[in-house]
Amino acid sequence: MKAELKTTPLFNEHKVLEAKLAPFSGWFLPIQYTGIIAEHNWTRRSCSLFDISYMGKFVIRSEPGKSNLEKIVTINLAKMPLGSCRYGFMLAEDGGIIDDIVVYKLKKDKWMLVGNAANAESDAAYLKRHLSKNCQFEDVSNKLGKLDLQGPFSRNVLKRIVGEDISRLKYYRFDYFSVLDEEIIISRTGYTGELGYELYLSNKNIEELWHLLLKDDRVKPAGLGARDTLRLEMGLPLYGQDINRQVSPKEAGLERFVDFSKDFLGREAIAKKNIKKRLSCFAANSRRAPRQGYKIYSQEKEIGVVTSGSFSPSLSCGIGMGYIDLENNKIGANIVLKQDDVQIEATIVNKPFYKQGSVNSHKSQVISHKLQVT
Amino acid sequence: MNIPDNLFYTKEHEWAKIEGNLATIGITEYAQSSLGDIVFVECPNIKKPCEQFEPFAVVESVKAVSDVRAPLSGKIIKTNQALKDNPELINQSPYEKGWFVVIEIKDEKEKVNLLTSSSYNDYIKELSK
Repeated sequence: MKAELKTTPLFNEHKVLEAKLAPFSGWFLPIQYTGIIAEHNWTRRSCSLFDISYMGKFVIRSEPGKSNLEKIVTINLAKMPLGSCRYGFMLAEDGGIIDDIVVYKLKKDKWMLVGNAANAESDAAYLKRHLSKNCQFEDVSNKLGKLDLQGPFSRNVLKRIVGEDISRLKYYRFDYFSVLDEEIIISRTGYTGELGYELYLSNKNIEELWHLLLKDDRVKPAGLGARDTLRLEMGLPLYGQDINRQVSPKEAGLERFVDFSKDFLGREAIAKKNIKKRLSCFAANSRRAPRQGYKIYSQEKEIGVVTSGSFSPSLSCGIGMGYIDLENNKIGANIVLKQDDVQIEATIVNKPFYKQGSVNSHKSQVISHKLQVT
Repeated sequence: MNIPDNLFYTKEHEWAKIEGNLATIGITEYAQSSLGDIVFVECPNIKKPCEQFEPFAVVESVKAVSDVRAPLSGKIIKTNQALKDNPELINQSPYEKGWFVVIEIKDEKEKVNLLTSSSYNDYIKELSK
């Protein structure tokens, strides 16, 4: 089975570090190096390096009006300045989520889409089907590597490597930086709730940059396990678990990433859709974690199902997300999560679970204010 | 891999330390390492019976929920209260501080169904191939 799984250009590095590897979305990937909790806490306190090369990455060389990209995504591309990136969706005609993506405006007529590994093939097929025939489309998933550097020290770590200019990057902005004789894309984005960056570079340089970053004592490698607990503490959805083809951004509570002032595939369906359930966050009253598939009850009545759950290393209790009927979906409501003999008492809460993330820290706010003034 | 000589083992990676008619039960180094960070343990109340190779406790790591099976049948007479607030003791000290329960052994003859440290060691090596 392992032979059929894809590996990233850093596979040997993960083996040298004795990472625990496991199959994920058709890839054989590092789940943890030392331990999920230690890696999670290190990301919150210092800085972690994640090999995220497995994401789907696509480049479209044409203006979005001409290529039809404007109609394929829920993001208003016409409003995006150069050097910005935005989170949004590709939707099916019925409003179901094909994938959640980040779109980068590289040039007026050059755009990059980054989506989930599990959807890389279906995304490519969907894009090819809906893009204009005359626009240039390239699937760069296998030749463009990706490293995520996340944590309160990530800016200072990158300063040593790419220079002071990294401090100019505001949240959801990117720029090209010269590293190892290559112009690489670095965006101030992430999936952890911490100050952080995502770095896109060619496979040939990724091993050297991996080593360069890990030379800094503040940086340690982290695997998919910590990536999952970090994103869950922020209430960020994971495609395939919390969102999928069967739900719309409305049910997922993510309609702010859908611009109804423009036309896009699936617009009509979700504009008139009356939703009955909504993705919600809940915290257990104990260390016991809700797990995917557990049923959600309110006073003996089944009201929903858990889509993601884990022990929260930062909060030391079980946390989860799941779809709950609208009528029972009230912040502060007591619920019970059940499966077989397991019963977990929990409370519906606002997201994020973890509110001290450096992504919104005072320090980064001050820096971005200064930049706006100058 | 630490596999103490004086214990008996199961293929499900539990250990039993047999002293007279009592057995202390836990999970092995291999089990804790495979599970990763353990964050929750559910042990039965004392006086409850347990059956050989049947689930009697639950461990949860960050990623997974697993049953813990009893190496021997018997009656639970003591549980490790420290695991309630410090389940990581199982990761740190699987054979000492991370014990789960002490049972009163029902039938000593069941011991023949367990692995010695050397045969468990061979079994682990086989699994890791």
